[in-house]
Amino acid sequence: MKRKGKLARGVAIVGAGMSRFGMFKDKNSKDLFLEAFREMIESVDKGMDVNDIEALYLGNFSNDYFVHQAHWGPIISDLIGLAPRPATRTEGACAASALAFREGVFAIASGMYDVVLVGGLEEMSKKTTEEVAEGLALATIPYEGKVGFTFPGVFGAIATAYFERYGANREHLMDVTIKSHNNAPLNPKAQFPYTIKDIMNMKKERAKKKGLDIPRWEDEKDFLRDPKANPPVAWPMHLYDCCPISDGAACMVLVAEDIAKNFTDDPIYVVGIGQGSGRGLHACDDLTSFEATKNAAKEAYSMSGLSPKDIQFSEVHDCFSIAEIIHMEDLGFFPPGQGYKAVEEGLTRLDGSMPINTSGGLKCKGHPVGATGIAQLYEVWVQLRGKAGKRQIPNPDLRVGAAHNLGGTGGTCTFIILERR
Amino acid sequence: MKEREFSDSSYEEFLKEEKLMGSRCKRCGALYVPPRALCIKCFNTEMEWKEMKGKGKLIAFTCISVAPPFMIEQGYNRNNPYCSGVIELEEGAKVDARIEGVDAKNPENIKIGMDMKVKFVHSSVGEHEKTYLAFEPV
Repeated sequence: MKRKGKLARGVAIVGAGMSRFGMFKDKNSKDLFLEAFREMIESVDKGMDVNDIEALYLGNFSNDYFVHQAHWGPIISDLIGLAPRPATRTEGACAASALAFREGVFAIASGMYDVVLVGGLEEMSKKTTEEVAEGLALATIPYEGKVGFTFPGVFGAIATAYFERYGANREHLMDVTIKSHNNAPLNPKAQFPYTIKDIMNMKKERAKKKGLDIPRWEDEKDFLRDPKANPPVAWPMHLYDCCPISDGAACMVLVAEDIAKNFTDDPIYVVGIGQGSGRGLHACDDLTSFEATKNAAKEAYSMSGLSPKDIQFSEVHDCFSIAEIIHMEDLGFFPPGQGYKAVEEGLTRLDGSMPINTSGGLKCKGHPVGATGIAQLYEVWVQLRGKAGKRQIPNPDLRVGAAHNLGGTGGTCTFIILERR
Repeated sequence: MKEREFSDSSYEEFLKEEKLMGSRCKRCGALYVPPRALCIKCFNTEMEWKEMKGKGKLIAFTCISVAPPFMIEQGYNRNNPYCSGVIELEEGAKVDARIEGVDAKNPENIKIGMDMKVKFVHSSVGEHEKTYLAFEPV
């Protein structure tokens, strides 16, 4: 029997919320989730009763490791008064909450529930940088970790293969970083709401105050080339190629399409949802492409009947700068080997023909791993509803946006397409 | 030689014996390094051991400055980075390995496509003897 690859009934988003992202000494996962939840409730245009929520799906990668507490489904269910209704935790490394979203969609599409809360959270900053690196490395492929590969290391190796094949170099990675940092100050929830120029000025000010030599960088790339300002982490990945350590939470309420208008006159519809799994570096045929992303894209395009040219903007998983370039190609936004040129030409800027990571991306918005999948969809939701404020994409006919989320070193990838009708 | 299980632990035992071993599907001939007990091309479970010559080319690498704890214990850090990479073996399979005999402080000098040969590095961590797979330029 041929698989249909369609939802049995439609699903819409009628509310969404996101905590500020950052490193918070005085806030735990519950505090952050509540911050997102409150905004979500307020965002439902016609209001909603928390009692309408029938089930919770919650993404979390590894709070078990980061704060020594597991089993977050019921903790959050109790926090917001949902208990004894079902609460399910999903784990897919950095794609944990995209999986929660997917499970929530399936729960409604199956007819089991009409109103479902989906969310994600992660609390990483209570550990040192080295400990976080070790925690994240739990999601690498075992053979990689044993020979010393770290997360940035795997993406560094992928970058060298991409450079060799397509003639790109570090300067092109810098284009990604500069572009994301240009969007970040426009996002009030971003962990680093600064352009690279802002950061250069702050560092100059600091040097001046301390009576040190004031660095003379000609421009942003000159700054990014300076190993003192931008030291290597896992060559060619440098500090400014890597997302930060973050705490944060995000959530959304999903409802059956036929009752969406009870909650808002402007629901955002889930039209395509895809997922894929991938293998380690040694086992994949092509180091310059993620097969899990390609499979996710195939499923989502097929479900929606849309093609890459229909996607007007997207959040793309930029845990490392090279990842953004390769994924844009795997998702079909640009042909293989052309992604870095598109960034260089400015096509992916906020005012470009294909805006990518208007939120500032994981690099600047922050990457509390288990919250990221839903936080990316939050950005798409906000943009489609025309409520992105200063970072609103300057296109009066914004209808279709998407979010791509990656877990591990490409082991779990999702691609979700949303539509405003 | 007693037939060993096609498992990660056998792979590591072989490394201790300075052998880089893969498994080959007896039905379709697909080669796996590290070994797989189940062929993912034809789903056959009849496998045989195949020793690799230990020669190949560097196809991707990174020089890691921010090291995980077990590498820090071995003396690596921001001032003393190390190199890890992917080798495409003459036999066609790819393996992850430490890359030795290169200057990890000057990654610009490390070239994709370099001819490499295997090196088995024995180290003891606590009471455990471990051998890790490395490659170095020919």
